[in-house]
Amino acid sequence: MKQKYLPLTATILIFLLSYALCVAQYPNMLSTRVIGNLLTDNAFLGIAAVGMTFVILSGGIDLSVGAVIAFTGVFLAVVLEHGGMHPLVAFALVLAITTAFGALMGAIIHYLEMPAFIVTLAGMFLARGMAFVLSIDSIPIKHPFYATLKGLYYKLPGGGRITLIGGLMLAVFAIGILIAHRTRFGTNVYALGGGTATAKLMGVPVAATTVRIYALSGLLAGLSGIVFSLYTSAGYSLAAVGVELDAITAVVIGGTLLTGGSGFVAGTLVGIFIQGLIQTYITFDGSLSSWWTKILIGLLLFAFILLQKGIIRVSRHERQRA
Amino acid sequence: MQTSDNILSASRIEKGFPGTRALDKVDFHLRRGEVHALLGENGAGKSTLIKCLTGAYRRDGGSILLDGAEVDPRDTFDAQRLGIGTVYQEVNLLPNLTVAENLFLGRQPRRFGMIDTKAMNRRARELLAEYELELDVTRDLASYSVAIQQVVAIARAVDLSGKVLILDEPTASLDAHEVAMLFRIVRRLKARGLGIVFITHFLEQVYEIADRITVLRNGQVVGTRDTAELTRRDLIAMMIGRELAAEIQSARPDAVEGEPRYSFRNYGRRGHVAPFDLDVRAGEVVGMAGLLGSGRTETAEILFGAHRADSGTAEIDGRPVNLSSPRAAIRRKFGFCPEDRKTAGIVGDLSVRENIVLALQARRGWTRPISRAEQNRLADHYIRALDIRTADREKPIKLLSGGNQQKAILARWLATEPELLILDEPTRGIDVGAHAEIVRLIETLREKGMSLIVISSELEELVAYSTRIVVLRDRAHVAELSGDRITAHQIVEAIAAANERGAS
Repeated sequence: MKQKYLPLTATILIFLLSYALCVAQYPNMLSTRVIGNLLTDNAFLGIAAVGMTFVILSGGIDLSVGAVIAFTGVFLAVVLEHGGMHPLVAFALVLAITTAFGALMGAIIHYLEMPAFIVTLAGMFLARGMAFVLSIDSIPIKHPFYATLKGLYYKLPGGGRITLIGGLMLAVFAIGILIAHRTRFGTNVYALGGGTATAKLMGVPVAATTVRIYALSGLLAGLSGIVFSLYTSAGYSLAAVGVELDAITAVVIGGTLLTGGSGFVAGTLVGIFIQGLIQTYITFDGSLSSWWTKILIGLLLFAFILLQKGIIRVSRHERQRA
Repeated sequence: MQTSDNILSASRIEKGFPGTRALDKVDFHLRRGEVHALLGENGAGKSTLIKCLTGAYRRDGGSILLDGAEVDPRDTFDAQRLGIGTVYQEVNLLPNLTVAENLFLGRQPRRFGMIDTKAMNRRARELLAEYELELDVTRDLASYSVAIQQVVAIARAVDLSGKVLILDEPTASLDAHEVAMLFRIVRRLKARGLGIVFITHFLEQVYEIADRITVLRNGQVVGTRDTAELTRRDLIAMMIGRELAAEIQSARPDAVEGEPRYSFRNYGRRGHVAPFDLDVRAGEVVGMAGLLGSGRTETAEILFGAHRADSGTAEIDGRPVNLSSPRAAIRRKFGFCPEDRKTAGIVGDLSVRENIVLALQARRGWTRPISRAEQNRLADHYIRALDIRTADREKPIKLLSGGNQQKAILARWLATEPELLILDEPTRGIDVGAHAEIVRLIETLREKGMSLIVISSELEELVAYSTRIVVLRDRAHVAELSGDRITAHQIVEAIAAANERGAS
């Protein structure tokens, strides 16, 4: 088997194994209901994580995601409840804003040669700050169109539901996989992760690619914000704190190398599922503190970093012998 | 020579950097279907010329004709579009992409806006078939050896440009078998009518593959000759630029008798330097001569444990020792001043004092710090003894001149009171005065009974202070000179001697 599939395979095995263990203990967990909820509950995180996957594949990082989600939620709440705008118009408007915001960060990262960490950290404070400027209260969204959207779902045999937002997440993943593997832009993202200087020598448009990567992450963070506002029916400037870290976790558990250049968008989906599964298990158990989620995720993350390190070392060793 | 035969014609190329003239009216003509070797020692201007041709640098003057038309490449990508492709020693491809993606990056075949992976892989296989390579093109490039990666890089460069191919030291990290494969490909491309520029330090390879040779020295063209009409000795004379007749005889130290203190048998490392035998006695200076890339620095690094030897044994005073790391070597009282003091020697932001005590402190271990008073005493002692010119010992070392930095590094190792000191090009890039002082210092240390191994490209300098000289060529020790045979003439002869290639 090719080495680059090793982390992804490990992730899938871990997911199947832990799901089997969960089902052994609580047979009810093997139901479409649980699966449907898994999709719905993690939809906003999954969509944001797709954008994060591209950013990390290119060797960057985007810390602004959580703040952009909160900003989007507050923005929607304000314009819908106080502005009387139609939600679809508001959606388009907010997506344009967050995409431009991401593109601006990408441009600063490339043209000013600033580390992505610092630029997106500044972006995080900026977006969170803008959310507070719009409103410091939690604003409930009571627009009838929201109720319509929330009422849309596809009923699975066994009573589970694939809601609009759950399905949207799956669609975003599908499109993300196509972009990553079947477009020149996707290959360029991997090329940047392999080495910016070399990529430039080989004719990769580094500036355009960098800007587009962060614009894509901004777009998906905005979309994630829309999904989050549908999910919670509210906008609150303190919401979604640390979601970017959960997204990074999903990406890394999904087998993407944190230094860039290697990984799969599909892996991130499995990473999301593993996080959701642990959460579901704790809900089923009922007696465990929800902090166990964090502890398990922490251990898992640590194990994956070690696995990646080991693979890199082994492959380097093999190349030396070759 | 008709000019119409020239695929690439560079005339009176000039390029200057602040304080130096890197290229001085250089003429370089490349014919269709020839392999043209570009030779010269470090700093001769080879890479500057290449960078001017490929657009990495903008030239200050002169003209470049490609296929008879004036060109002025803005950058390497532009040069590639015009038809000049370059392959470097360090493979400039992306290890994390597949072979096919590397070949077609930026020009992948598409269907309905999506990359047609199947077509791309098929075309990649077809392209590589022309190079007698059958690879799984869907695997990551990193899973193949450097030689294969090199061929993939050539395939991409030729496919993209197709007129001129510049190979910048492509064989530096390949073994003999891989070099043979690469040369087969070069010959095939030559037959297709490409002009190929071949840069290397391996003269054997030049004679094997090149039709003509152009030698640069100090930014000027020494001459362009047909390979068949140029003897090795004349070639080396062109490169080093010393007339063989005019050699300097100086009062050389006498040969040292007695048992060797350090004895290396069959010592070597695959891909670095072929196994060699080396003895060093107390009070002896062993000079290492050879052209750039001949394996001198590699020898030094293996002796010091910077790279672990994979064959042979090392003995000190008849007892076997393990020199698998610099720490182990330092424990055995070895010292090593590397060639590139900027990256491997000085710690620029630390003071002169801190730089001097660094190695001694490292040997003692960080749990036993050297007291500040002791540090001051050591620093002052060596600043005085070696005449290091600095305002005071707390000045950051990067503010010192090259020669004084070099002396500070010497002081660092002298402070550890080494018994075997390895110096790699101790006089490179420093002014004449400091140069003489370092040569004098080497003699003083030898008289005190220290053993030294000195690598230098300055033949007269080596002749002046060495008790014995080891000659290297093509990463093997090929000769040892002692007594009256230590002359610049003999060294050049030994480097040039072609028939007895190191059995590597």
